[in-house]
Amino acid sequence: MLQDKDRIFTNLYGQDDWSLAGARRRGIWDNTKALLELGREQIVETIKDSGLRGRGGAGFPTGLKWSFMPKEPSERPSYLVVNADESEPGSCKDREILRNDPHRLLEGCLVAGFAMGASACYIYIRGEYFHEGSQVQKAIDEAYDAGLIGKNAGGSGYDYDIYLHRGAGAYICGEETALLESLEGKKGQPRLKPPFPAAVGLYGCPTTINNVETIAVTPEILRRGADWWTALGRPNNTGTKIFSISGHVNKPLNVEEEMGIPMKELIEKHAGGVIGGWDNLLAVIPGGSSVPCLPAPICNTMLMDFDSLREAQSGLGTAAVIVMNKSTDIVDAIARLSHFYMHESCGQCTPCREGTGWMYRVMTRLVRGEAEMEEIDTLLDVTYQVEGHTICALGDAAAWPIQGLLRHFRPEVERRILDYQKSRAAAE
Amino acid sequence: MPKLTIDGKEIEVADGLTVLQACELAGVEIPRFCYHDRLSVAGNCRMCLVEMERAPKPIASCAMPVGEGMVIKTDTDKVTKARQGVMEFLLINHPLDCPICDQGGECDLQDQAMAYGFDRSRYQENKRAVSEKYMGPLIKTIMTRCIQCTRCVRFATEVAGVEEIGLVNRGEHAEITTLEQAVGSELSGNMVDVCPVGALTSRPYAFAARPWELRKTDSIDVMDAVGSNIRIDTRGREVMRVLPRLHEDINEEWISDKTRHACDGLGRQRLDRPYLRNAEGRLEAVSWGDAFAAIAARLKGLSGDKIAAVAGDLSDAEAMMALKDLMKGLGSENLDCRQDGAKLDPATRAGYLFNTTIAGIEKADAALLIGTNPRWEGPLVNARLRKRALMGGFKVGLIGQQVDLTYGYDYLGAGPESLSEIAEGRGAFAEILEKAERPMLILGMGALTRPDGAAVLAAARKVAERYGMLAEGWNGFNVLHTAAGRVAGLDLGFVPGANGRDLEGILKGAEDGAIQAVYLLGADEIDMGRLGQPGQGPFVIYQGHHGDAGAHRADVILPGAAYPEKNATYVNTEGRVQLARLASFPPGEAREDWTILRALSEAVGERLPYDNLGELRQRMIQANPVFAAVDQIEAAPWGSFGEAGTMEATPFVSPIGNFYMTDPISRASATMAECTEAFGLGAKRGATGTHG
Repeated sequence: MLQDKDRIFTNLYGQDDWSLAGARRRGIWDNTKALLELGREQIVETIKDSGLRGRGGAGFPTGLKWSFMPKEPSERPSYLVVNADESEPGSCKDREILRNDPHRLLEGCLVAGFAMGASACYIYIRGEYFHEGSQVQKAIDEAYDAGLIGKNAGGSGYDYDIYLHRGAGAYICGEETALLESLEGKKGQPRLKPPFPAAVGLYGCPTTINNVETIAVTPEILRRGADWWTALGRPNNTGTKIFSISGHVNKPLNVEEEMGIPMKELIEKHAGGVIGGWDNLLAVIPGGSSVPCLPAPICNTMLMDFDSLREAQSGLGTAAVIVMNKSTDIVDAIARLSHFYMHESCGQCTPCREGTGWMYRVMTRLVRGEAEMEEIDTLLDVTYQVEGHTICALGDAAAWPIQGLLRHFRPEVERRILDYQKSRAAAE
Repeated sequence: MPKLTIDGKEIEVADGLTVLQACELAGVEIPRFCYHDRLSVAGNCRMCLVEMERAPKPIASCAMPVGEGMVIKTDTDKVTKARQGVMEFLLINHPLDCPICDQGGECDLQDQAMAYGFDRSRYQENKRAVSEKYMGPLIKTIMTRCIQCTRCVRFATEVAGVEEIGLVNRGEHAEITTLEQAVGSELSGNMVDVCPVGALTSRPYAFAARPWELRKTDSIDVMDAVGSNIRIDTRGREVMRVLPRLHEDINEEWISDKTRHACDGLGRQRLDRPYLRNAEGRLEAVSWGDAFAAIAARLKGLSGDKIAAVAGDLSDAEAMMALKDLMKGLGSENLDCRQDGAKLDPATRAGYLFNTTIAGIEKADAALLIGTNPRWEGPLVNARLRKRALMGGFKVGLIGQQVDLTYGYDYLGAGPESLSEIAEGRGAFAEILEKAERPMLILGMGALTRPDGAAVLAAARKVAERYGMLAEGWNGFNVLHTAAGRVAGLDLGFVPGANGRDLEGILKGAEDGAIQAVYLLGADEIDMGRLGQPGQGPFVIYQGHHGDAGAHRADVILPGAAYPEKNATYVNTEGRVQLARLASFPPGEAREDWTILRALSEAVGERLPYDNLGELRQRMIQANPVFAAVDQIEAAPWGSFGEAGTMEATPFVSPIGNFYMTDPISRASATMAECTEAFGLGAKRGATGTHG
């Protein structure tokens, strides 16, 4: 269990002052200049050594990502874009950072931007996060007034601007290239890769897109050193992580914990346990709506980190733990997620545009059992036809929950079909 | 030059190609819907998925640049499965209305479904329906068939340069729409061609024919002087539609809406038998023999200098050659093929050609447009200019009417004054031309059909000479013609002889009685009022295919063939000789034009010395060797042309006021009339009470 001394997000619950004065008290903006004096290469090296993996869902090594940015300055500026379009159902970790600890993010923006040679940073915030956006804007204003960012940021001799941009409420704009499109004022549709944003990103310039949490933890890693960070968690899954625990738990919350904490411990220690007790657990979606769910028996021993969850054919995602106890209609729950992905598909590429609707409609019938037995396999086949064939990962995200359902709860689906057929036969 | 392996075959391809292009070079066909050679890559249909070694997922080959050592597999089960999956997705919401769909038989979706489709559907749900959209008089929409490939959107934004069509909404509700407006582009018909399914189809052609019923003939367009390569589809003797044919140096694979849709004018207002004006002053149908006899009687004893001939805009080279020879036999030197009075100098070929060539525009780095609206006078020249502009590093200056050309330009002024400024090296644009390595100018008919046209021509020549537009391997002097027959006429010398009268002289002569017989070869654009009333002015022989202005004035009408109805030669504005082929036969008693002249020559006792097309073409080559080199461009030598003189201050005005109606065929076309109405180009008409 994470000790308080290792906690990064010391104002996660907003008990302290969020503003600059409070932030300084918590150690933020404490001689940031010294961090920059490490130099670009040293910062990237430290982050690489720390093994920090992106907190937005995919878990790509952050230091490696930064190292893709051009080393030599050129005519084209480079940009850092912070993805604060947190829209994954179940996930609400970034929201707490944005409203209770915005300066931690801003400091991270400066350090990360410096490390990649960016001239400016854009924070793309979810439009629904209205209050959070206002907080961040106030924090940006404070930071400018204090000379921490802007011209000669913090006396470092480095010019750096931070802009806040509000989204307009589309889930797909959280996909990094759709986010760039949206930021440029276009329709939020993912771009083809290659070229990757590090080569051709915002306004055609080299760009790195990072999650809020990823950026926010970097100054602390630099201050305390990569060794401190690697001592937390498990190999290749280092450090701390904010978990958003929701659903059928007694005390839903966000909590910062060590990576690799057992799921059971996480839920019982922090969230007050499953409603009705651990034995009443049906399934857990461990990483936000897009990852496959895990049934209770697997959850008993599951460790919460990227690699462990991947081995169990699920994923850590954004570490949004959605707990479902036995009162849940699991088929209906997954059908609801299918509706979400159908609603949020951008419609650009064929498999996702057509497949999400198809999957949702079959799912709604499966909820009532109103289907033939072979349709289960058809549905599974459709999910495989979508998965991996789309421009962005939304297609995968739509396919995985259904795959998870059919992997672990197929008997339940079959039972409903048989029940329905029986009731039809009885009626006739 | 990256080397990659495609299906076990090694191939070295040029840098910057995509995997899809490399596969094609390796002889492997990749199915696709959204990918189009001439449009940006969208990568959204996902039909072109292939397997790449070391890639966890199949890749979209249309969007993946080739790399050294790539190993691509296109024939694995994984690839087939992926494509079948995509095909199934495309079909689940696509209506099964192929039997009533105009795209049926030439539909990409239909064809590829044969390769990757299932024989039954696993989709149990209701199909999606999408409401039809209005996109103007040329495009019919059945949007339920749309597969959201966005080719039309990309065509409109990139090639046509009109951002009037787009994809709205998201997910399943994504729809292509113009927000109920007609697509305001003269290239809009190409959107129908690029549509891989039956979502956008040709409105005038709706339910008219099936592709397998049509006979396809490769030919040349005459609606403007660009000489677009076209394919004429006929059923029986009716021209059903006109489609573009690939010619990289001229029209690429696009054609203008007039080229495509004016063909319904071929079935209206046609002259299908000879007519003779009788004693009561009415035109009366007569036999060919009677018509010839009447002409022979009128011309008998008339000295050559009292006879004149004017060739119209759509005239083919063969007919002009025959008419020129006939006039020579009759002793007349009063010939003109410039019925708009353009002050073009026939002596120097470089002085009336588009010397840079249309493809050559892509090499230019600055262009000065003088008295022209290329968007209407040569839509595909304009498309090429836009293409060049999009590449960057291209400055355009315009002297003339300030119009939307679909790309940015510096507006330099309305008339000759601004041209003089450039000629004298004054102004900011002069500096641009000075610095340009390959500058060009385009001189339009709006600048040459004026009384001071010769002076404008001379001034333009000066500009060309001053700014280095004439360099080794580069000629930046260009005339953009509007008439398909013009360059051939000039090449054949269908111009006044040593003592002959030009158009103005002929018309003046007709007014004062010096000219007593006028032969109009499809000439409908001259001021017929100056030929006087029938019976009072000169004897007017009209040979042509439509009952237009010339036929109304004529004393004798000889029914000729329209462009799809004859084997004929046209020379486009670049000086490119091209052969049009007979796709259908002229209606009724109408005949191919040169044969009419050949027959008439016997009747008037001046027998022309050729009995078949081959002999006539030999005669043309003898008159000008350029006719021997079909579809070839030879740089024309520079010379002195134009007449230095004072230019008037009046602004340049493009000769085309209504793009959709410029010649007898398009004026007879109901589709072009609808376009005229839809775009508000026609005369304002009041409500009639029964107007609908």
